[in-house]
Amino acid sequence: MIARPYAAAKRTLGFSDKLLEVNWGLILLISLCACAGFAMLYSVAGGALRPWALPQIIKFVVGFVVLLAVAVVDVRVWMSLAYPAYAVSMLLLVAVDVAGHVGLGAQRWIMLGPLELQPSELMKVSLVLALSRFLHGKSVEDVSRPSQLAIALAMIGIPAIFVVLQPNLGTTLIILADGCSLLFLAGLSWWWIAPTAGAIAGAVPLVWRFVLHDYQKARVETFLDPESDALGKGWNITQAKIAIGSGGVTGKGFLQGTQSRLNFLPEKQTDFIWTSICEEFGFAGALAVLILFGLIIFYGVQTAMSARSQFGRLLAMGITLNFFFYIMINGAMVMGLIPVVGIPMPLLSYGGSAMLTVMFGFGLLMSVHIHRQVEIPRHSGGII
Amino acid sequence: MPLFDKKDKSRYNAFSRRSLMMGGGMTAVFAILAGRLYQLQVRDGAQYLTEAEDNRISERVVAPPRGRIIDRFGVELANNRRNYRVMVVAEQANQGVAQALDTIGKIILLTDQQKKKVLHDIAVNKKFMPIPVAENLTWDEFSRVNLHLPYLPGVQPDVGETRAYPFGNEMVHVLGYVAAVSPEDKTVDDDDLLSLPGYRIGKRGIEKAFDKQVRGQAGASRVEVNAYGRIIRELGSEAGVPGQDVWLTIDHEVQSFSDKRLGDESAACVVMDVQNGDVIAFSSTPGFDPNLFNIGLNGEQWRGLTQDDHKPLLNKVMGGIYPPGSTFKTAVALAAIEAGIATPEYHVHCSGVFMFGGHPFQCWRHQGHGTLDVVGGLKNSCDVFFYETARRVGIDKIEEAARKLGLGAVTGIELPGEHNGLVPSRAWKQKTYKSVWQQGDTVSVGIGQGYVTVTPLQLAQQAARLASGKMVSPRLVHMVGGRLQPRRVAEKLDFSDNALAKVRDGMDKVMNEAGGSAYSWRITEPGFEMAGKTGTAQVRVYTKEEHEHGMLKNEHLDWKLRDHALFIGFAPVQNPKYAIVCIIEHGATPAHPHVQMARDIMHFTQKRDPSNMRDAYPVNAASAAPSVSAALTRGG
Repeated sequence: MIARPYAAAKRTLGFSDKLLEVNWGLILLISLCACAGFAMLYSVAGGALRPWALPQIIKFVVGFVVLLAVAVVDVRVWMSLAYPAYAVSMLLLVAVDVAGHVGLGAQRWIMLGPLELQPSELMKVSLVLALSRFLHGKSVEDVSRPSQLAIALAMIGIPAIFVVLQPNLGTTLIILADGCSLLFLAGLSWWWIAPTAGAIAGAVPLVWRFVLHDYQKARVETFLDPESDALGKGWNITQAKIAIGSGGVTGKGFLQGTQSRLNFLPEKQTDFIWTSICEEFGFAGALAVLILFGLIIFYGVQTAMSARSQFGRLLAMGITLNFFFYIMINGAMVMGLIPVVGIPMPLLSYGGSAMLTVMFGFGLLMSVHIHRQVEIPRHSGGII
Repeated sequence: MPLFDKKDKSRYNAFSRRSLMMGGGMTAVFAILAGRLYQLQVRDGAQYLTEAEDNRISERVVAPPRGRIIDRFGVELANNRRNYRVMVVAEQANQGVAQALDTIGKIILLTDQQKKKVLHDIAVNKKFMPIPVAENLTWDEFSRVNLHLPYLPGVQPDVGETRAYPFGNEMVHVLGYVAAVSPEDKTVDDDDLLSLPGYRIGKRGIEKAFDKQVRGQAGASRVEVNAYGRIIRELGSEAGVPGQDVWLTIDHEVQSFSDKRLGDESAACVVMDVQNGDVIAFSSTPGFDPNLFNIGLNGEQWRGLTQDDHKPLLNKVMGGIYPPGSTFKTAVALAAIEAGIATPEYHVHCSGVFMFGGHPFQCWRHQGHGTLDVVGGLKNSCDVFFYETARRVGIDKIEEAARKLGLGAVTGIELPGEHNGLVPSRAWKQKTYKSVWQQGDTVSVGIGQGYVTVTPLQLAQQAARLASGKMVSPRLVHMVGGRLQPRRVAEKLDFSDNALAKVRDGMDKVMNEAGGSAYSWRITEPGFEMAGKTGTAQVRVYTKEEHEHGMLKNEHLDWKLRDHALFIGFAPVQNPKYAIVCIIEHGATPAHPHVQMARDIMHFTQKRDPSNMRDAYPVNAASAAPSVSAALTRGG
């Protein structure tokens, strides 16, 4: 028997112990990013707290409380809640198709009292939870077994289908990316990965032809040649690039961004908030924010690597990857590297659903960190 | 079961390995994002900054006030008045422009045509551009629109400036008019002002000839605009340069008298200073109201102007061409004297008809004039004398004399659209008709018929040259923006003094010696006597019956077939100061109304004597066009 007194002690952590175990460095990084977001929302409103900065601060404060609350809950509790959360998210996802609120031509919201809930956002976290739990007990060989793989793929595929039908291409991509990443991390055999990757590459033309909506095709087309329709569909990309580029090395200065204030940027407070950072704070400022994001991700990977349970590892890595995919897709989109897809920049973009799910995710990450020494038997289903 | 079995170990290893791979992938993606930032912001930053500035900053053109047109005594002939207008901005008309127009239509009168034009203008302009809906409103209408403004989203009342011609149609053929910019105008002129909705440019006369100077230079307002083009704030502005005033040589008093005296006739009259060519009056009747062109004519008004047989749109002074008739005899006489043919001993006998080549050429006096010398020939305007003299002198010398008097070529007056007229020659006929010049042609030209044609302005110049013996040319613009316009130096006319004296003597006797052809209409006041020469220009071909049974009298003919009546003259006979031409289209009657007009106008001119009035033209340039430097000088 290997003596693990430390681990034994952690198994009965008290509330105050847990608060001390919170990774306050990560909290600081998250807060810094959020503050950069508040500043930009203040700026794009023309130097005003309303209509965006103040509500966003309130949402962040709520999200912060959620983060801490989620963090101190034992990771095994989250493990046992994984499937119910997935089921609830799935139900809500179906519900938006039925009683959904029509916005921007896509059914994405459901009203829960005063709260505007985006089930697709919820689903990202729920999927990571549920898939982590499912894969927790699977050995490398189990993961690659067709029957097990089929279940995992169904868990990913069914919500993905509902989200793509909304239609919401960006979130669908993130759900697929999250799910596939977890399968990969769980040790899926290369014999599955390589042929599938080949098949996907071959299927792109067919998807283009038969699956994508016209507006989605138009986005891809304008992406490929934005100047061809600089005042029409290419407007977003062209203006975003002008905004970013015109920031130069040091930026135009806080509140001095002309592109966003003069409405040359569409959705400047949501999907295109990154362009305002680039415009007002330049290469230096944007790089600084990118470094903050990088550090958060580093903390996430470190947390995953240090967790003793497979559930904890997968959960932490899944949450981190989810955060990363947001940044990658949004960043590449507004900088004209990929077509326009409706994905916000985490912590920066205005929006309640995204803020809450991101903070909830960080809460889970923190929970894994706090409970990193907790060992969970392969066949355990949590502690509830 | 142990917590860590072999399987657990292998998947932990797999997880760690693959996590590191994903970490590497994420690092690569971040490097790509950073690289893209570098590309956009550092490498291409300057270019994108330019594009952002282009987005943000818009140059708005600001119209400067148009320069005035002023007569020699400072009377404003064209100025600017307040223009109460109503504009509509499409992007602010939240119930739609058509609805806004309907609502305005209930407050002030709007025709369907106006509404259609507004909708068209809105379609071709940007949505934030104010488009004029109605202009030149009365104060009453304007106040009513202002009162209803809260219920008219997108509607803007506006007080602009517009051109005004205080004397209406009196001066229209000198001043011209301003009107809306046509697409063709924009192809030849790239001034930004032309793109301003509602801008007017000079279309005729001085307004056209001096449009660039009168227009001034566009001011610019650098404004920050948002993505919809709405102005957020002004970043800076340049005042532009106000248009320059144009001072004419015209004396509005004489001009006005002349216009009134011509009355309803289709007529032209020019009064000129014989010494320096300054045009004192320049009348072409009927005129039209230039203000109508500024406001915009309706179809009925336009048809009225174009279908009128008195041709109000034609500037008859320089665009009307007429056979000079007997006024041309002055040129023939000069040619004959200079050629050594019309010596003091030279006489021609007039029996009333001149046989040439088997054809009878009638004298206007069928009973004949008897034997005449050159002065007598002019005094009586004897056709036979000039048939014979012209035949002897030949077309070459006549052409030369006519050209020296300024016929057959533009006078060079500062107005667009001047006509050449025609002084025929052998070469011209060969070129035009591919036939040889006949002596019969010369005979016709001898009395100012046949191929020769002139404009009234050329005749005025001819009269001035005869009177002064100098190569004067008409001049209409004295100063532009306070700067004197150069006067062409009038050299001595290339005729001998003797020849000119003889012709002047003849023209004196026409009016002032009993029996002269215009004796009845002379100026009788001593010291104001006028010398002159009448002319009648045939506009129709005489029929064979007429040749055999006598010509039909003008009063028995349709107006359009009657002869034109012409008169050139100068006064006073001794030391002439003013030359005049007076033409009435189809106005030849025994009462010689054109000579009466010329007499009255010349008498009025001499009494007023505008060339010698002391307060003509401002003393210094600064008082004409107040400039910044002038203001500073005064202030200092």
